Amino acid sequence: MKEYKTITEVSGPLVFAEVDEPVGYDEIVEIETPSGETKRGQVLETSDGLVSIQVFEGTSGIDRNASVRFIGETLKMPVTEDLLGRVLDGSGRPLDDGPDIVPEERREIVGAAINPYSREYPEEFIQTGVSGIDGMNTLVRGQKLPIFSSSGLPHNDLALQIARQATVPEEEEGDGDGGSEFAVIFGAMGITQEEANEFMDDFERTGALERSVVFMNLADDPAVERTVTPRLALTTAEYLAFDKGYHVLVILTDMTNYCEALREIGAAREEVPGRRGYPGYMYTDLAQIYERAGRIKDQEGSITQIPILTMPSNDITHPIPDLTGYITEGQIIVDPDLNSQGVKPPINVLPSLSRLMDDGIGEGLTRGDHADVSDQLYAAYAEGDSLRDLVNIVGREALSERDNKFLDFADRFENEFVEQGFGTDRNIEETLTIGWDLLSMLPKDALNRIDEEFIEEYYVEDEQAIEAPADD
Amino acid sequence: MSQATESDVREDGVIESVSGPVVTAVDLDARMNDVVYVGHEGLMGEVIEIEGNVTTIQVYEETSDVAPGEPVESTGQPLSVDLGPGMLDTIYDGVQRPLDVLETKMDSAFLDRGVDAPGIDLERTWEFEPEVEEGDEVSAGDILGSVPETESIDHKVMVPPDSDGGEVVSVESGNFAVDETVVELDTGEEIAMRQEWPVRKKRPAAEKFTPTTPLVSGQRILDGLFPIAKGGTAAIPGPFGSGKTVTQQSLAKFADADIVVYIGCGERGNEMTEVIDDFPELPDPQTGNPLMARTCLIANTSNMPVAARESCIYTGITIAEYYRDMGYDVALMADSTSRWAEAMREISSRLEEMPGEEGYPAYLSARLSEFYERAGYYRNTNGTEGSVTAIGAVSPPGGDFSEPVTQNTLRIVKAFWALDADLAERRHFPAINWNDSYSLYRDQLDHWFEDNVAEDWSELRQWGIDTLDEEDELQEIVQLVGKDALPEDQQLTLEVARYLREAWLQQNGLHDVDRYSPPEKTYRILEGIKTFHDEAFDALDAGVPVDEIQSIDAAPQLARIGTTPDDEADEFVSEIESKMAEQLRELY
Ligand SMILES: Nc1ncnc2c1ncn2[C@@H]1O[C@H](COP(=O)(O)OP(=O)(O)OP(=O)(O)O)[C@@H](O)[C@H]1O
Ligand SMILES: [Mg+2]
Repeated sequence: MKEYKTITEVSGPLVFAEVDEPVGYDEIVEIETPSGETKRGQVLETSDGLVSIQVFEGTSGIDRNASVRFIGETLKMPVTEDLLGRVLDGSGRPLDDGPDIVPEERREIVGAAINPYSREYPEEFIQTGVSGIDGMNTLVRGQKLPIFSSSGLPHNDLALQIARQATVPEEEEGDGDGGSEFAVIFGAMGITQEEANEFMDDFERTGALERSVVFMNLADDPAVERTVTPRLALTTAEYLAFDKGYHVLVILTDMTNYCEALREIGAAREEVPGRRGYPGYMYTDLAQIYERAGRIKDQEGSITQIPILTMPSNDITHPIPDLTGYITEGQIIVDPDLNSQGVKPPINVLPSLSRLMDDGIGEGLTRGDHADVSDQLYAAYAEGDSLRDLVNIVGREALSERDNKFLDFADRFENEFVEQGFGTDRNIEETLTIGWDLLSMLPKDALNRIDEEFIEEYYVEDEQAIEAPADD
Repeated sequence: MSQATESDVREDGVIESVSGPVVTAVDLDARMNDVVYVGHEGLMGEVIEIEGNVTTIQVYEETSDVAPGEPVESTGQPLSVDLGPGMLDTIYDGVQRPLDVLETKMDSAFLDRGVDAPGIDLERTWEFEPEVEEGDEVSAGDILGSVPETESIDHKVMVPPDSDGGEVVSVESGNFAVDETVVELDTGEEIAMRQEWPVRKKRPAAEKFTPTTPLVSGQRILDGLFPIAKGGTAAIPGPFGSGKTVTQQSLAKFADADIVVYIGCGERGNEMTEVIDDFPELPDPQTGNPLMARTCLIANTSNMPVAARESCIYTGITIAEYYRDMGYDVALMADSTSRWAEAMREISSRLEEMPGEEGYPAYLSARLSEFYERAGYYRNTNGTEGSVTAIGAVSPPGGDFSEPVTQNTLRIVKAFWALDADLAERRHFPAINWNDSYSLYRDQLDHWFEDNVAEDWSELRQWGIDTLDEEDELQEIVQLVGKDALPEDQQLTLEVARYLREAWLQQNGLHDVDRYSPPEKTYRILEGIKTFHDEAFDALDAGVPVDEIQSIDAAPQLARIGTTPDDEADEFVSEIESKMAEQLRELY
């Protein structure tokens, strides 16, 4: 291993050094500062004589006298089942005082793409116990379904609720010993210590830590490190899922911080920026993270991803949510208005979507009427919600009786169906029952999206007599 | 992808620099667009720039760990595809490597590097049935015979386009592998089933016509309002989740093309898996055979190498042109052309080219038009007629259509199916906005619909359009004062328009019956709604209040026609029509 003292330039997170031997693209570099501190980095560009290096831990303290060593290999993650229960930093080094990690294997963190021909289409219903998800935007095993939120909203509570409650119902009955529980990989990027504590406390309190691997890059940790944290997390997830047969739930938070780090590196490299200053390759880069979810033919395990991101200015057209939405299989929207109304979790089902819902629900999976009920709840809520603007102008009296019913429906949908609290775990039967209670406020002929046979079976006849709670 | 033979190999070069998918080499003897093998692992790449002694290469595989000093070897051949029987019922990556073969060769579900595979199986034999005899004079493009490629498609074996032709001196029938000679010419040329063609070059044809036959899509809003011609071009722009993929997949399933080339360009892995799972199960509505028997899939998903994403569009259109040469009508879907444009941008920025609008290279517009220009209705050099219809999804950032890819595409394509986030959020699917969309083929296709479906096809459609336009104007008033403030006749127009939207324009792409609507059914639903309109206005004129008209229970049944099986639909509409008439006439 050759050591150089040939740094020619330090610029933001980048270091340029001259070399007299060929260095591989993406190779890992160790830089020792004059004060004896060792920092790690990665080769971004290599040419005869000159390499540019992106330094994970920040470049402060590096000068011309720092020495540069090329390790001769790309960044790898030591993987073993013993990682379960461990807390690591954003570069994969243990933060807890557990024993040394003896890896079974060291894996390239830039995962190879899954051959599309080898994938198995995801269609096993995951019951999260959250009606706004299970009933309306069903999650399935192997899906990537992000939470789009904004600063100050309780997206972490929702993510924790999902992590605690997620099960696959049929299997639960089969072996009963928690065989359907998920291993949770938690990748934190640039979150505050306080948020980190929130997660850790919950993991410890519920015993979830035992079946989790935690990667922590906090707000005051180096930004560039954030570009490797999700890759370490997903490499671990792939090992557990496809080598060891675990069903893995990967929670990545906050992808917005990840993207900011990408932007920072791009700017330091003086690249031509894309939309709003983010790199032109951000779509490809994000895809290389999100596409590492899925199922593989003839393999036991699976990777389900729930990335969390906070939308700058709550703007869904911002490049971060926009590019994410173009890659993931739907999105769950956490809404500021519902939050201020006190709805927990404040999921706005209208702009939310699960694209894999269709194949994961129905007879034998959830219940025969699920698709129809979900469609009808959606349509009725949308109708009620759209009348709210008009009511503000013309008043309730100016609206027909039918319109007033839809308005009431919209209120009750938010307060009874979506609202459940972060501690309540509803099974799919309960969710659908609440759905039918609400739909039964409406006249039967308004239920045009539901098969008549289901209306026969589930419609609650006297519900119409019950007055909706007065709203004032 | 076609593989070079040993003799083609030229002088080796040496890597000078590596930056992601872009590698430069010195001392390499290669031409522009030649395929080269890069580094110790022999990663496949293509020459994209030559400047002095420095050759720039885009590499179709990951370049981690590749270092300066490693060798680069040129094949002396441009990026080409293998053409011959065996392409249908197959799934390729962006450089025509069959993904099932890669799975076996790599012995892994993950895509490894440095593994190559021919585009068509070189060992498999096919039964060749000649259509020429000894002594026949043949020239470039002529059909020599055919092999049954799938249950749906007879694959025509043709004289390669660059052949000088000649007299047939020997012709064989029987079972052959694709590289075995089936026809020999007096010039000494030996013709096998397999051809090669450089993907970036358009295949020759005799003449391009104005298309006059529709590609019947089975989608009511398309056939009814914005039809596309066989040989036409269309774009489907829309924000994420608005229905581009569902629309493209519906077209791939139900459009009345002979051959479908479906390109997943920089999109999701699971979407390709869905196609692989569904298509072998679903029947082609024209032949009843499994859809896969007419389909060639190309999957270069978002996480697969970006250079291969750039080339997948060319691989797809070249395969499409080849089947067109046989006289087939080919429909090509590219989901999404924006990812292709972004791949160009990524490569261009690594080359440090002068960026154009929003960082896209200045040649973006030229590349887009080159691609769509390869579509068309043609007379082939062998005298047959065939077509390539190109339908591209566009994924504008933030759903904003003013961005360069949408705008440049708009300038070229003749049908524009604009997806709308609001409609999608209201779950009005397909979320094609009927005010913003257009088709410049409408008039030239009317004859076909009038001759083959109904004489008054265009008249009835115009009635539908007028009603929707009127609704649009009335809605503006409703927003301000509420519906009840409108005069009764206008309230009734809104009711009719609602049926147009809900029973006719909406179509559930995920429902077993509704997902495909033959043009007869499309017409019949519209006719049913017109009947409601006529009867309802008669009732209104006779003094029946609009509330009562709206409360008849036969009219809401219109919304259930879509999900009624095709062979029962006509009768069901008649039933609704007579019930509506009966119930309305009872009111006065
Ligand atoms: N014709 C349709 N019928 C029923 N549902 C539809 C239809 N079109 C779209 N959808 C619904 O909308 C969802 C998103 O559609 P689709 O995947 O086609 O969007 P897209 O425009 O391709 O998005 P992206 O750009 O992210 O790929 C589907 O999963 C489905 O739920
Ligand atoms: Mg899509």
